[in-house]
Amino acid sequence: MIPTSFDYVRAKSLKDALKAMGKSTKVIAGGHSLLPLLRFRLAQPETLVDIGQLRELKGIKRAGGGVKIGAATTYRELLESTELKALYPLIGEVTEHIGDLQVRNAGTIGGGLAHADPAADMPPVMLVLDATFVLQSKGGKRSVAARKFFKGPFTTAMKPTELLTEIQLPAPAKGAGTGGAGGAYASFEQAASGYALVGAAALITVAKGMITRADLAFTGLADTPFLAPAAAKLVGTQGQAELIAEVAAASVAGVEANDDIHASAAYRTHLGMVAARRALAQALSRAG
Amino acid sequence: MTGTCSITLDVNGVTRTAEVEPRDLLVYVLRDQLDLTGTHVGCDTSQCGACTVHMDGRAVKSCTVLALQAEGHAITTIEGLKRDGGLHPLQQAFWEKHGLQCGFCTPGMIMTAADLLATNPKPTEAEIRHALAGNLCRCTGYQNIVAAIQAAAAAR
Repeated sequence: MIPTSFDYVRAKSLKDALKAMGKSTKVIAGGHSLLPLLRFRLAQPETLVDIGQLRELKGIKRAGGGVKIGAATTYRELLESTELKALYPLIGEVTEHIGDLQVRNAGTIGGGLAHADPAADMPPVMLVLDATFVLQSKGGKRSVAARKFFKGPFTTAMKPTELLTEIQLPAPAKGAGTGGAGGAYASFEQAASGYALVGAAALITVAKGMITRADLAFTGLADTPFLAPAAAKLVGTQGQAELIAEVAAASVAGVEANDDIHASAAYRTHLGMVAARRALAQALSRAG
Repeated sequence: MTGTCSITLDVNGVTRTAEVEPRDLLVYVLRDQLDLTGTHVGCDTSQCGACTVHMDGRAVKSCTVLALQAEGHAITTIEGLKRDGGLHPLQQAFWEKHGLQCGFCTPGMIMTAADLLATNPKPTEAEIRHALAGNLCRCTGYQNIVAAIQAAAAAR
């Protein structure tokens, strides 16, 4: 289908972009999430603000022990950064499976996160890594934790006049003494779209054979990606298989699971448990 | 900016102009205004990859790019791949290995494969199949497409 008519502004600077933004605008970077919405006429903005050319929103920089990623950095550029993949292997692993080659060439990390598809692969990774998102508007700048950013399907803490400009990742978790940190992502994909029916991201830190930190987050399972508090039960243990299975079951218990033509709520809940178990076990083996 | 406007596109190394509306998709401008009909429209929902072209050497789905977004970038379509008037090694390999049946998906397959080989000149079979995830073929079962890409890689 053909989108409804709109005005188009190609921003020449970040300031330019922020000035153009308002209630009936949409921001386009790679466009691989937005254009399908425009074409189905699910989105009918009056003005499209193109930030795809803004160099100031691109690139990956070390900052303190962590990293700052420009929101308009493409998935392909994430994959081309050996430094990023060495620091956060989980990001590399997940990015490789986002969309397809063409989508990764055009799609941007900030675009995907701001789009907030409830089944996207990157949000749960941002949750376990405890990322911070920088939001800018004409009026100024504020930071919002990824853990407070996702509010519902395609709904975030951003105001219509705000632009996601940067993703900040804290220093990668390191194990103290003899140990380390491990991350893993396990998902069941919907075959036609590649989106997760359910996906689970896990990050585990181990010191002297004992788990010191365990984070688990889901995508696709409920109306928004979320962190499962049950994972904290692994802290202070060796993460025995029975315990991981218990935590995986507890983490999906009581969740109001999505129910649609692709999977019933009961089936999704079961898949969520399996994905959680696999992600936790693999994260632990990588941390060891 | 409302109504139509004139844009300048760099397509296959040639500067072309077109009259577009902001909502016009690159694929339709290539096909309907620039007569470059080698780029196909398959699904129209960003899934099938038949419309794949290169922007600055990188494969993108031209049904999911506004013509206005393409301004200032180098666009290459299947028509721009030929070398010295002859077939590109990938085109040659698709011919020799019978990497097509109806041929509808072929331009997109070749453009994606060209991007793959530019960054990974000797891909494994698994890497080829992973790279083709965004290109659908309803005829071949992919086997000969993979064989053609392997042959093109070996011939380099």
